[in-house]
Amino acid sequence: MGMILKNGIVFDPMNNVKGEKKDILIENGVIVDKLNERTARVVDVSNKVVMPGGVEIHSHMAGGKVNSGRALRPEDHRGFVMPKTDITRSGSGFSTPTTFMTGYLYSKMGYTTGMTAALPPLMGRHTHEELKDIPMMDKGALTLLGNNWFVMRYLKEGDIEKCAAYVSWLLNAVKGYAVKIVNPGGSEAWGWGKNCRSIDDPVPHFDITPQEIIKGMVEVNERLCLPHSVHLHPNNLGRLGNFETTLQTMKIPNGTKAAGDRQVLQVTHTQFHSYGGDSWKTFESKADAIADVINKSDDIIIDTGFVTLDETTTMTADGPMEFYLSGLTRLKWVNRNIELETSPGITPFVFSKKMPTASIQWAIGLELALLIEDPWKVLLTTDHPNGGPFIRYPRIIAWLMSEKYREKTISEVHKAVNKRSVVPTLDREYDLNEIAVITRAGQAKSLGLDHIKGHLGPGAHADIAVYDIDPANLNPNNYAEIEEKFANTAYTIKDGEIVVKDGEIVKVVDGRTLFVNAKVDPGIEKDVIKDIEYNFKRFYSINLANYPVRKEYLTRPMEIRT
Amino acid sequence: MSLEVTLITGRTVSQGEAMERGKDLDDYTKAAAVCELDPADMEKIGINEGDTIKVSTGIGEVIVRAVKSRQYPHEGIVFIPMGPWVNSITDMPADSTGMPPFKGIPVKIEQAKGEKVLSSHDLIEKLYLRGNEKGEGVR
Amino acid sequence: MKKAKGYGRMVTDVVCPFCGTLCDDLEVVVEDNKIKNVRHACRIGSSKFLAMNELKRPNRPMIRKDGSFEEVDMAAAIEECGRILSRSKRPLLYGWSSTGCEAHFVGIELAEELGGVIDSTSSVCHGPSVIAIQDVGYPSATLGDVKNRADLIIYWGANPMHAHPRHLSRYSVFPRGYFRERGQQDRELIVVDVRKTDTAKLANRFVQVRYGEDFELLSALRLVINGKELEADEVAGVSKEDILELADRMKTCQYGTLFFGMGLTQSYGTHRNIDAGISLVRDLNHHTKFSIVAMRGHYNVTGIGEVLTWQTGYPFAVDFSRGYPRYNPGETTANDVLQREEADAALIIASDPVAHFPKKAVEHLARIPMITIGPHMIPTAQLSEVFIPSSISGIEEASTAYRMDTVPLKLRKVIEPPEGIYSDVEILEMILENVRERRVRQMEREKKAGEGR
Repeated sequence: MGMILKNGIVFDPMNNVKGEKKDILIENGVIVDKLNERTARVVDVSNKVVMPGGVEIHSHMAGGKVNSGRALRPEDHRGFVMPKTDITRSGSGFSTPTTFMTGYLYSKMGYTTGMTAALPPLMGRHTHEELKDIPMMDKGALTLLGNNWFVMRYLKEGDIEKCAAYVSWLLNAVKGYAVKIVNPGGSEAWGWGKNCRSIDDPVPHFDITPQEIIKGMVEVNERLCLPHSVHLHPNNLGRLGNFETTLQTMKIPNGTKAAGDRQVLQVTHTQFHSYGGDSWKTFESKADAIADVINKSDDIIIDTGFVTLDETTTMTADGPMEFYLSGLTRLKWVNRNIELETSPGITPFVFSKKMPTASIQWAIGLELALLIEDPWKVLLTTDHPNGGPFIRYPRIIAWLMSEKYREKTISEVHKAVNKRSVVPTLDREYDLNEIAVITRAGQAKSLGLDHIKGHLGPGAHADIAVYDIDPANLNPNNYAEIEEKFANTAYTIKDGEIVVKDGEIVKVVDGRTLFVNAKVDPGIEKDVIKDIEYNFKRFYSINLANYPVRKEYLTRPMEIRT
Repeated sequence: MSLEVTLITGRTVSQGEAMERGKDLDDYTKAAAVCELDPADMEKIGINEGDTIKVSTGIGEVIVRAVKSRQYPHEGIVFIPMGPWVNSITDMPADSTGMPPFKGIPVKIEQAKGEKVLSSHDLIEKLYLRGNEKGEGVR
Repeated sequence: MKKAKGYGRMVTDVVCPFCGTLCDDLEVVVEDNKIKNVRHACRIGSSKFLAMNELKRPNRPMIRKDGSFEEVDMAAAIEECGRILSRSKRPLLYGWSSTGCEAHFVGIELAEELGGVIDSTSSVCHGPSVIAIQDVGYPSATLGDVKNRADLIIYWGANPMHAHPRHLSRYSVFPRGYFRERGQQDRELIVVDVRKTDTAKLANRFVQVRYGEDFELLSALRLVINGKELEADEVAGVSKEDILELADRMKTCQYGTLFFGMGLTQSYGTHRNIDAGISLVRDLNHHTKFSIVAMRGHYNVTGIGEVLTWQTGYPFAVDFSRGYPRYNPGETTANDVLQREEADAALIIASDPVAHFPKKAVEHLARIPMITIGPHMIPTAQLSEVFIPSSISGIEEASTAYRMDTVPLKLRKVIEPPEGIYSDVEILEMILENVRERRVRQMEREKKAGEGR
């Protein structure tokens, strides 16, 4: 039986539909252009906003590091709970919600697909066990490769082909979706308590620089024709004056051709990489300099990494950064050096409105979104939970859509935002079409999933969000209402089924796990496997046979072949 | 003659091995119903390897076999492997961590010639089924 | 799977389901569904595999009738479990450390359904470590990172030669690593303990700490490492000179790892000892690279902590009585629930609290209806109302477990379980279903009664 979403106001930027009254037809979980209307269920969504389901491109929602963050902070869990109902499981956690709850909360906001931001290959099984417990969404994992010993060795030897064969083998072994690079070289240096503070700092003992790692991996990524581009967390996150490192980093892939209709590099949570100043007293926004480069570039996009002015749990595979941050705050600190691969860290942080730094960080995220002209180049994230929890997305949407809301917040935060950021001078207000780009269409395109996600044309998965907003009567000054409506959908539809109605979960479903299988030359693959076998035995602490994650750990596995 | 010492409990390789073979076998009693003493302490009250001894705390007393520690010196400290014997004399947690004090228990050690070391099964029967020291069955 | 010389088949890359070291290089020779030989395992691990042939395992569920056990069929046993648990107002679901995560999933759902308290053996093991971590954090590393980098290994209050027999040879002291090509020769081993343990006998340096004064010694080391003058001539039985030397050694190594065990968690001070140990390691990171690793005991005690955390938000001692997860060690921990005589029923799985809990807790367990699920007739089963024998996870069932450093591994199935024996997962699923059916029936009855009025 089909379904007709009748009389909604549709925002489908990928198909150039900008707020038209239009019916959406659904059959067998996908969107179709024809349907037997007599047998179809009709759902009246008159004068409500209809968008493709939201796509999360960067959220620390599952895996070992996230779980260490949960275990570290009972105080984050006590005050924010969901009791069990007849159909849903219980849960807890504000900045690090438990898995079931994560699925429910995303679904209530109309999100239907999500990428967990950092899978360390050795811990891949853990990430997938948690993803299995996140219902309501299709999901995948960005896979950490920027400090991997095999990768660094192949790239040092200039062997792009072998490196590509290794990356292909690894992504398939751990059922990863994309290549993620975090503080290239720096996280390996952290194995000795050191860091790479510029793109030319040599990685101790590996005779390679961050620049060479980034350049090599971009080439590898495009040679493998992976659906997503390299997803890069540059060196120097959170450091004073780091915008210069970011600018240098953005020049690295210069000239590399993308294998698909997308960017060659996504610089992630760019807010944390857009800082000027040489002391906390002179700390200032350099979002304008970054936005300027993005505006001129056809190859690079960013996601924002908004700061939402909350108490949160920071977590990243950038181990030295977390040590540095915990040194500033003197708060508890977790580190997890993972053999041959990476070194994540965790520490709580309070982005207080009273703090000049936090206030400016809040402004920087908004500046990036308001100064970058093309919304397809700026995707909405908080780097959950680093800049703030994902449940604040509706509030960010309200900030972007309402200058009045920004003015109100500016009056509440530290006055430093007036001098050391330009956000008070910006009057741009996002419209609903632009919101649809930065929360779903842009993400789907960046991930190379635009054939099935992020749009409402025939053939797309029937993942849909309906918000109780009448565009004809939308007043951006009513920002509280905007926030409330985006927090609770009128309907969330997953694979053609209504799973949320009026902000309540009405059906619990399992999503797919997306992973990549990239083709490489079988001869080279054979050589590389030999090399893996030899070195694995010597340097890993488990046997190679026990490393790969089998499909039984995945829900509804969906292989993306190249 | 008695000796006042500090008791610690924990895993031993023999206890682990025997436990996996079956707690109803003699091996388990041999591995866990023992008290490892420093040779100097043994001399003080004239205990020899293999003697039955009575170990008592405010909670209760238990009969185990004395063995000379291979992991000495640790004068003033005795060790009994984790198991039902030692736990019949350990106390409940009192510091809001959920953790019972399994190490650092003040105990009294005495000779107990002629006393029998019970098997795990018989010990549990005696303590929790047939009757505790007050003469009443718990169940 | 290779063909073994002479007889049977050989299963390779087998993960050992005994301790938190989770060695994954075992080779097991199987013939006619019997384990003939085990290679690479330690004494305890071998014993676990080889005992399979000799063990007289109960093969039918049992229910206590008039004081003694009677064999029953599975349906009757499940029915009795459902009856006991559904009647209970505050059931305690305890154990979980010697079974796979797949069983944890069902167990947590059952605890949530019942509104009960679920706790693991962490409670009497590294529970204090968890509490300390929640206070100060946990700068840690995987065991392979230690193997490749560490030139200084410290075991403090841990005796791996007994509790984790292959720990030194696989990960810490003896193996060659990427930056430690000569293995043991490239490393120094320091052991801190109250006894000169079998591990201490292997050490380059043994530090004998006075019982109950670990906190003092750790604090003295922090003092020195942070550049302060140590005024005492001796702390915790260790001379000032030795403390200064120890501190210097820690500060000047290239990469150090502090492994700690029950000697800290179960001794006077409990979580405060761990707090001091973690803080020491954090301080050391201002001078060099240092990590700390808890020597987790049971093979999957880490796993139950991980699963509980991602499903409820808390690593142990979770109370569902309000419909959502709550956690408060000292209140929701197993021994406290028993000490206050709150629990009115218990389900024990993959552990043996009657052998390993203090007397008063066992007395309460003996008073309330108790269900035991596990492969062996253990002391806890001896005091139970219902005992359901189960297959052995990691030998007779494939399952998932987490190593002490949270590396997740897939345990293999080596042989078939005996006929008629179900897995922990299957048994728990049957109980959950029974409990749910009872709840539905109860709701229907209440509805009818309401209509009648």
